[in-house]
Amino acid sequence: MKIDVPHVAKLSNLKLNEGQIKTFEKQLQSILDYIDKLKEADTTKVEETSQVTGLENVTRNDETSPSLSQEETLSNTKSQHNGLFKVKGILNEE
Amino acid sequence: MKNNLTIKSALEKLRKKEISSLELTKTCFEEIEKKKNLNAFITVDEKGAIEQAKLADEKIKNGAGLPLLGIPIAVKDIFLTKGLKTTAGSKVLENYIPQYDATIVSKLKDAGAVIVGKTNLDAWAHGSSGENSDFGPTKNPFNPEYVPGGSSSGSAVAVASDMALAATGSDTGGSIRLPASFCNVVGLKPTYGRVSRYGIVAMSSSMDSIGHFTKTVEDSAIFLNVTAGGDSKDATTPPELVPNYEKDLKDLKKVRIGIPKEYFGKGLDKKVKEQVDKAISFFDKEKFEIIDVSLPHTEYAIACYYVIQPSEVSSNLARYDGIRYGEDRTVFGDEAVRRIMLGTFTLSSGYVDAYYKKAMKVRTLIKKDFDDVFKKVDVLISPVSPTLPWKLGKKADDPLAMYLSDALTVPANIAGIPGLSVPIGFVDELPVGMQILGNHFSEETLFNLGHFYETDNRT
Repeated sequence: MKIDVPHVAKLSNLKLNEGQIKTFEKQLQSILDYIDKLKEADTTKVEETSQVTGLENVTRNDETSPSLSQEETLSNTKSQHNGLFKVKGILNEE
Repeated sequence: MKNNLTIKSALEKLRKKEISSLELTKTCFEEIEKKKNLNAFITVDEKGAIEQAKLADEKIKNGAGLPLLGIPIAVKDIFLTKGLKTTAGSKVLENYIPQYDATIVSKLKDAGAVIVGKTNLDAWAHGSSGENSDFGPTKNPFNPEYVPGGSSSGSAVAVASDMALAATGSDTGGSIRLPASFCNVVGLKPTYGRVSRYGIVAMSSSMDSIGHFTKTVEDSAIFLNVTAGGDSKDATTPPELVPNYEKDLKDLKKVRIGIPKEYFGKGLDKKVKEQVDKAISFFDKEKFEIIDVSLPHTEYAIACYYVIQPSEVSSNLARYDGIRYGEDRTVFGDEAVRRIMLGTFTLSSGYVDAYYKKAMKVRTLIKKDFDDVFKKVDVLISPVSPTLPWKLGKKADDPLAMYLSDALTVPANIAGIPGLSVPIGFVDELPVGMQILGNHFSEETLFNLGHFYETDNRT
């Protein structure tokens, strides 16, 4: 299958220049061609596996415990306002 | 003065007061300084470590008996350490100072360990050679022109070079076992869920395993005694009690050893094979039952892994938007970009059935191979890497070639089983390791066999 690099970059929220698009197209295509090997495996009537050790419905008691302070939570951001994370508007774009 | 102590021997000397933790810790910093060219560390915390060592000496004086009291260790820079910069090897997190410790870091601190610093790695743990680090490649201590293996490169090098007595690592497709093999140290990838992942930058959440590097198998058991166990912050950790891994270490069990033919096929370096054959013949001479077995779906492992892993990577790295912490997405290095795009593609509308769902079905087949084979044998022995360490730069422009270096390690991650990498010798002055694989939660068996081997074959 062919990969549409500019489309996938958009979905991934990544900005690529022309040179990168070319390089990644070639590299990703060769990886995808290799992955096509999976088609040879007969998986009729085979279920998917996502959890390997058999745990199911793991829950914990709904108890509160101390968490990070507001100051600690904001300690790594470069963009804050009045003790809150400041983000770009999402409704007023374009 | 250089120390070449193990955890076991250092604990003994500390207890008898033949050495202090402060002296021991200082020898580690001397080695770090002397071998700066290996680039094993991203952050060295000499001031913090000296304080911890002094505190440990105080506790030893008062007769405290903690399992790692006063032992200098290194931590892969993908484990969050409160107040100590954690980069995951990426410029995206170049200035990130965690507000909390990973569960394992807390456990190690509680056990009395002294953390000397944070070790270099392929950015986001994406790589098999260490060359994908945004902070420069780590070098192999046996020949600096060669790669040390990745992604936990700095941790393997730190232990091999006596910069620490042990070091943490993470293994999603071989990232502990491969560098352990390339650097002549013992590396453990535990069963999925045996050790908490909380506070470790997530790569591929259904396969990430948290393990460590040590100089001996015995030390590996001592270390796992500290790190293993349930954690309410990681729902994949079973709450059951953990065995004492050190207790039955010396009580040899004559287990049945399987030799999987697919792991000795095309692409395996002849000289590597000779070394592994030699290790197998040791067990044969010792009257272990050696049985030829087959894991027929092994050939699909890399393809399966390179769908599941990038899919999960694309999801896990989606949170890096530069808002709450870190830099924005323009700072990702090439390998992270490749994996994000590959995973976004395999999960995208129109392709998810052909790639992701297909891979999850093949995962069932690969896991079933192991389930079936562990009805006939207790462990499997194979090479860790099909080749010797390669020269820096050799695979840098060919991502597929790099991915294929993990052919013998990824199946264990797909199935969630544990694997132990044990040094078995040298070829052309470069180290070779063997891999011992077992069924889920069979770490005791792996240690038992590995310890028997190293006791009789120590050079």
